[in-house]
Amino acid sequence: MPDPIFRMRDVSKVYHVGDLEVVALRDVSLELYAGEFVVLLGPSGSGKSTLLNLLGGLDTPTKGQVDYLDHDLSEGGDEKLTAFRREHVGFVFQFYNLIPSLTAAENVALVTDIADRPLDPREALALVGLAERADHFPAQLSGGEQQRVAIARAVAKRPDVLLCDEPTGALDVETGRLVLEVLERVNRELGTITAVITHNASIAAMGDRVIRMSSGHIVDIAANAKRLPASELVW
Amino acid sequence: MRIGALDRKILRDAWHIRAQIIACALVVAGGINSFVSLSSLNRSLAASQASFYEEYRFADVFAGAVRAPEHVAQRLAEIPGVAVLETRVVARVNLDVPGLDEPARGRIVSISRDPTGGLNALYIRRGRMPAAASQDEVLVAEAFAIANRLEPGDSIRAVVNGRYKSLRIVGVAISPEYIYALGPGQLVPDNRRYGILWMDRKGLATAYDMEGAFNDVTAKVSPGATVEPVLGEMDRILGAYGGVGAYDREDQLSHRFLSDEIAQNRTMSRITPTIFLAVGAFLLYTILTRLVQMQRSQVGLLKAFGYSGGEISLHYLKLALVISLLGAAMGVATGIPFANAMLDLYAEFYFFPMYASDQVWPVAAAGVSLAVAAAALGAVPAALRAARLAPAESMHPEPPPRFHAGVFERWGIRHALRPAGRMLVRNLARRPLRFVANVAGIAIAVALLVMMTAMMDGVRYLMEWQFTVVQHEDVQVLLTEPRSREALDSLRAMRGVVEVEPFRFASGRFHAGHRMKRGLVFGIEDSPTLRRVVAADGHAPAIPPDGVLLTGIFASALQVRAGDTIEVEVMEGKRPRVPMLVVGVVEEPIGFSAYVSRATANRLMGEGDVLTGAYLRVDANERAKVFADLKAMPQVAGANLREAAYAQFREMIDRSVGIMITVNLVFAWIIAFGLVYNGARIALSERGYELATLRVLGFTQRESAALLLGEQGVITGVGLPAGLALGIALTLYFVWMLSTDMWRMPFVVTGLNLVGAMAAVGFAAAASGAAVAWRLRRLDLVGALKARE
Repeated sequence: MPDPIFRMRDVSKVYHVGDLEVVALRDVSLELYAGEFVVLLGPSGSGKSTLLNLLGGLDTPTKGQVDYLDHDLSEGGDEKLTAFRREHVGFVFQFYNLIPSLTAAENVALVTDIADRPLDPREALALVGLAERADHFPAQLSGGEQQRVAIARAVAKRPDVLLCDEPTGALDVETGRLVLEVLERVNRELGTITAVITHNASIAAMGDRVIRMSSGHIVDIAANAKRLPASELVW
Repeated sequence: MRIGALDRKILRDAWHIRAQIIACALVVAGGINSFVSLSSLNRSLAASQASFYEEYRFADVFAGAVRAPEHVAQRLAEIPGVAVLETRVVARVNLDVPGLDEPARGRIVSISRDPTGGLNALYIRRGRMPAAASQDEVLVAEAFAIANRLEPGDSIRAVVNGRYKSLRIVGVAISPEYIYALGPGQLVPDNRRYGILWMDRKGLATAYDMEGAFNDVTAKVSPGATVEPVLGEMDRILGAYGGVGAYDREDQLSHRFLSDEIAQNRTMSRITPTIFLAVGAFLLYTILTRLVQMQRSQVGLLKAFGYSGGEISLHYLKLALVISLLGAAMGVATGIPFANAMLDLYAEFYFFPMYASDQVWPVAAAGVSLAVAAAALGAVPAALRAARLAPAESMHPEPPPRFHAGVFERWGIRHALRPAGRMLVRNLARRPLRFVANVAGIAIAVALLVMMTAMMDGVRYLMEWQFTVVQHEDVQVLLTEPRSREALDSLRAMRGVVEVEPFRFASGRFHAGHRMKRGLVFGIEDSPTLRRVVAADGHAPAIPPDGVLLTGIFASALQVRAGDTIEVEVMEGKRPRVPMLVVGVVEEPIGFSAYVSRATANRLMGEGDVLTGAYLRVDANERAKVFADLKAMPQVAGANLREAAYAQFREMIDRSVGIMITVNLVFAWIIAFGLVYNGARIALSERGYELATLRVLGFTQRESAALLLGEQGVITGVGLPAGLALGIALTLYFVWMLSTDMWRMPFVVTGLNLVGAMAAVGFAAAASGAAVAWRLRRLDLVGALKARE
């Protein structure tokens, strides 16, 4: 077994919402390896988004240890975590989060401008099959196209990890499949660790490993003997 | 009282955006403060003036003569248009004020014999009227009494018709004729050194050998009658008795100053509140439009529940009402004490029996309505937008705003800008009106400061010019009447007097075609050193042996220039009227003076080597002695001290400058803060999601703050220099508006003013921006990953 890239040990996360204490993660341990495609499955409130936030350096655990190679992510100040995100992480959101005042290419350039050795924005758009739409504004693109721009934006900095929170949640089946194909291709061609959150069990088949969560626990980690190509997924 | 659910919602909404509400309410408060304070001050002045004039029968026409027998009064009273006419005896007097080295000057006016008080009746503040025929009982003007701490029962020594006399003060009075008392040769009232006294007609006539005669006339014209023919006829009749020219209220000094002040105030009381309320309405518009936008789905829900468009509009209008009432309350609460403070300041210069104080509450009520109206102006478009939202559509999230490459891009700026810069340009270009309104607001804040400091500097410059460039004397001595050379010799002979420069003053009328202006024939030495004639460029033209030098303000009033000929009519002696060549125009900012050489003036009057006064330079060690000697000289009517006047003026300016700078700085800060803080908060609200996304993507706080504040930065960056231009324009307008017959406001804009105004507003903008940037720390990064509303 190679050395893990990400390592979580006995991680818990407690949120305080008003007077309530919500335990989002309880004593979770997990390792992610170079180049793997992981699917995180679970119902709403199972803790998968919290897990993703901790991996992406958006949040720190209440208890336990999160490491990315030799970076300690469990207690970094804002600056350290920002630098980590800037250098290593690509995010894809459910609602794309494109900047409406920038064209597709410019949305990508926003990130390549602050990255060390990025792809050319147009190259990144070509990777997601949108070279033709580079000069369109978000309002001129379909939902699937917008999500592909978001993926291009996420991968253009050559991140070490791509974190996708319900990337197909707002899309129809056909478009969703197209988006997943792009993620699959990025994972294959750039070797980026890819973690996809979904509550759509059909997607599980395309991952190297499938992590099932419930009520803040990892209930099961299963390795797929054979990854199914995204084009063959049905739901 | 039960508060409905919808009202609770708006109260909580208001609490949620309280900082913006306060910013907006402060701007409204600035408008209402200036409206309440300036309008009530102005209405108080105008009402005090009107009622004092009315009740104490302020005259319409004034005329002086050397000595006219009383029977002439009958002819004057019969002039068509004259309703009431009174003759008087008026005399100049030298006063020996306790504690004052130099002689003070006074004017003694006879009291009307009319049992009802007659024209220009006196209001007795304290004490009583002088007894009939009394030769030593006087009333003193309140201004003079206060400045010299004089009370009924006190005595004051005076040189009456050349003889020392002790006058007993029996009362303190105010007259509609001397609400503002400016002594001859004074630029600002010096109530310590100049005062009005009233004496019984008989007593005064005896003292000045005026029994059965008069030397002054005032009259009221019949309603509807025109004044001009009355003046002409009066001049004709009094010409034979040494008449010095009749004039109407327009040329009556006190009336003129007071009316100019009221007119200027009225303009200010309209301009300033309008600026503030326009900015306030704009802020309210942006706040409510944003609120409605954020609450689209709530509006949809309310409509789904059955609330009508009208009810929903009203719901948002209530918020506007709360803001406007909050602003109005703050404006009224600060405006009333401010108005009172200003009234107190005015009360030091303008003397009324009482200031009308019933003006405050009607003005405050008007202020509240004005605030509500301005708020409605800003709020109604937003409320209508809420009313028009279709319920089904509004329950969906708003589609992403449409952007396109605008004009800037086509100019090729696109390639010069990073994506962040393009975001900024496109966001500004998407709402050009909002951009323009914001820039205008910042520009106005800067312009207010530029204008105000320029005005202050202008007045200061004017006075510096007068007191350090034009005047170099220590004392200006005025003689009781034109005197021959011996008077000059006796001044020269005084111990301590280093230099004497005589002059010959006479009031005159200047005619150019059909235009006529009253002014001063000012005969001075050929190369004066103590009282110089200096053009605006610092150059001192020689006094022409023939012909006349006019001040610029005079030349433009007569519409003449060098090379033209005017007719000079001297209102003294035989009243000669001769054509004279205008040999030059000096850009002196003060007064209607026509400079001639003293020899020319003497020739004009058909007299010998005669003077009416002199400028003296005095040995600093001998000052007290010189003053004492001057006091004792019967032919000396008074002395003006350059240094005292200068100090008096500086004190007045320094005091008002402090107030003005503070008030305007606060106003400019409120506007800048209101605009920038609100603009940045709205940008944060509109684009918080976007900024959170950027933070997730790895942008630092500083980078995202730069993006957030970039727009405000551009607005401020454009607004500041635009403000300079606007400020200069505004200054030019005020220079024009505030220039009266007596003054020409100079246009003084210094680099320090401009930089200071920009720095003050820039600072307020930067501080407001920083306050909003601070909120970026609390940006919900995790929320950016979650579903949009």
